[in-house]
Amino acid sequence: MTALEVERLSHSFGGLAALRDVNLAVAPGERLAIIGPNGAGKTTLFNIVTGVFRPSSGRIRLLGQDVTRLPPHRRAQLGLARTFQITTLFPKLTVLESVLLAVQGLDPVRFALHRPREHYRHLLERAQSLLAEWGLADRRHAVTGQLSYGEQRQVELILALAGDPKVLLLDEPTAGLSPAETASVAQMVRRFSRDTTILLIEHDMDVALELVDRVTVLFQGRVLAEGSKDEIRSNPDVAAIYFGTDDA
Amino acid sequence: MKTRAAGGAALLVLIALPAFLSSYQLSLLTKMLIFGIFAMSLDLLLGYTGLPSLGHAAYFGVAAYTVGLLALRVTNNFWLDFPAGLLMATGVSALFGLFALRARGSYFLMITLALGQVLWGIAFGWRSLTGGDDGLPSVPRPQLPLPWALTDGVPFYYFVLAFFAVAVLVLSVIVRSPFGRALVGIRESERRMEVLGYDVWRYKYVAFILAGLFAGVAGNLFVYFNGFVSPSYLNIVFSASALLMVILGGAGTLLGPALGAAVIVFLENLISAYMERWVLVLGVIYVLVTLFAPHGLVGLVRARLGAERA
Repeated sequence: MTALEVERLSHSFGGLAALRDVNLAVAPGERLAIIGPNGAGKTTLFNIVTGVFRPSSGRIRLLGQDVTRLPPHRRAQLGLARTFQITTLFPKLTVLESVLLAVQGLDPVRFALHRPREHYRHLLERAQSLLAEWGLADRRHAVTGQLSYGEQRQVELILALAGDPKVLLLDEPTAGLSPAETASVAQMVRRFSRDTTILLIEHDMDVALELVDRVTVLFQGRVLAEGSKDEIRSNPDVAAIYFGTDDA
Repeated sequence: MKTRAAGGAALLVLIALPAFLSSYQLSLLTKMLIFGIFAMSLDLLLGYTGLPSLGHAAYFGVAAYTVGLLALRVTNNFWLDFPAGLLMATGVSALFGLFALRARGSYFLMITLALGQVLWGIAFGWRSLTGGDDGLPSVPRPQLPLPWALTDGVPFYYFVLAFFAVAVLVLSVIVRSPFGRALVGIRESERRMEVLGYDVWRYKYVAFILAGLFAGVAGNLFVYFNGFVSPSYLNIVFSASALLMVILGGAGTLLGPALGAAVIVFLENLISAYMERWVLVLGVIYVLVTLFAPHGLVGLVRARLGAERA
């Protein structure tokens, strides 16, 4: 069984084809980078996999189950998590409150309204331990919107990890970060459980290739190449896109 | 702990107050409590969930008309009329919610406004049932097996205070529950909440119905209090003044809206003695609040306390 399988996926916005006939299969525990220039369809692919958009055609299977028609929250409950390129954190809430919301989202008590949340101790314990594990415990009472960009990215990753996802989509986790912040986010991703299947969109080829096992290259909505890191590095088409060659 | 002590103290003050007030002042205070429940119910939508309803009078008015009609035309039985009022308010909000929650932001506002005005139109036009423009006069107060008659001001005040206290208690649990915290998350970022596994629509829908239920409690109490209900308790001006109560007091706080309701009721009473254009004054208050106290009176107090501490 694959962790995530995308079959003949196509999507267009108006007349503009964003994805054409994309096929992907990711094995459990595998780490796959999706690279490609701007407008290649990477984020569109993530939006379709998480259920933000319905694809024009094609199928998506998550852990063997067809989820093509499921709304985003149902996919999340099956073990799919994601981070966003444009930060959509809860800017006015504290770090702890944000993490509590993430922890609660996949907990059976998420709909309880007859008791204060403090009554459910396990939520707070889980949130505290996540914050401690990922080094943000001393920032827990800070308002998320006032954190540094790098710290916000860390919160972003913690929110995605809160539900112990089986499949995690990371949309440019290091975009806009300083080299030091990039290194610390990369370090965090390296520490993620090996049981978690990871799809990583990354602009920075060096960061991407260092974190993953395998690479898929999207170009103009199509899969241009896929293979091991070495295969991608030596692929002339990929080189043409990224570095520009005479025959490109 | 501190808030609980403050709440207890406030309740004691409210219990003691009738001893110091004239019967007219007491009836004003009773009205403040009723509108306080109404404003708190709207805050569940506006302040906590981020849903700006401009038709909240609908559930208040439907409950008031239901109780009024039953008490006048069928039977003045509290145990039948009161639940019927709540049932109608929740039923109508459950129905309206299906339409309104398909939209967001200002579209949500427009749809709630339009749906509310439909009910106003019915109350205004269906004279044989609702009395039209004249409303329903002389709605009797309920007779309960109590040693005091609710027709008297003081027992009726305590009757309303009991509902107010229970409403505050229940709402305070709801807003602190996992459900209530999720509403705040939805207000801050709907997209994020979906990805975290929340069925956002369901949360909004339940919040919408709960808000209708509590508005219904207020509407029920109001028709008993006032002895009269007219289409003006279903129209946009009433909905808008409820919004103003919430914003003035502090949206997203539990007791702020009740405070806002008290201030508005007080000012309306004061000003309408001198001039007819009360709505104009409402507008001025709205502008002043947005300019100088965007987080309402509760926000002002908090900022002051915070400044002292710093």
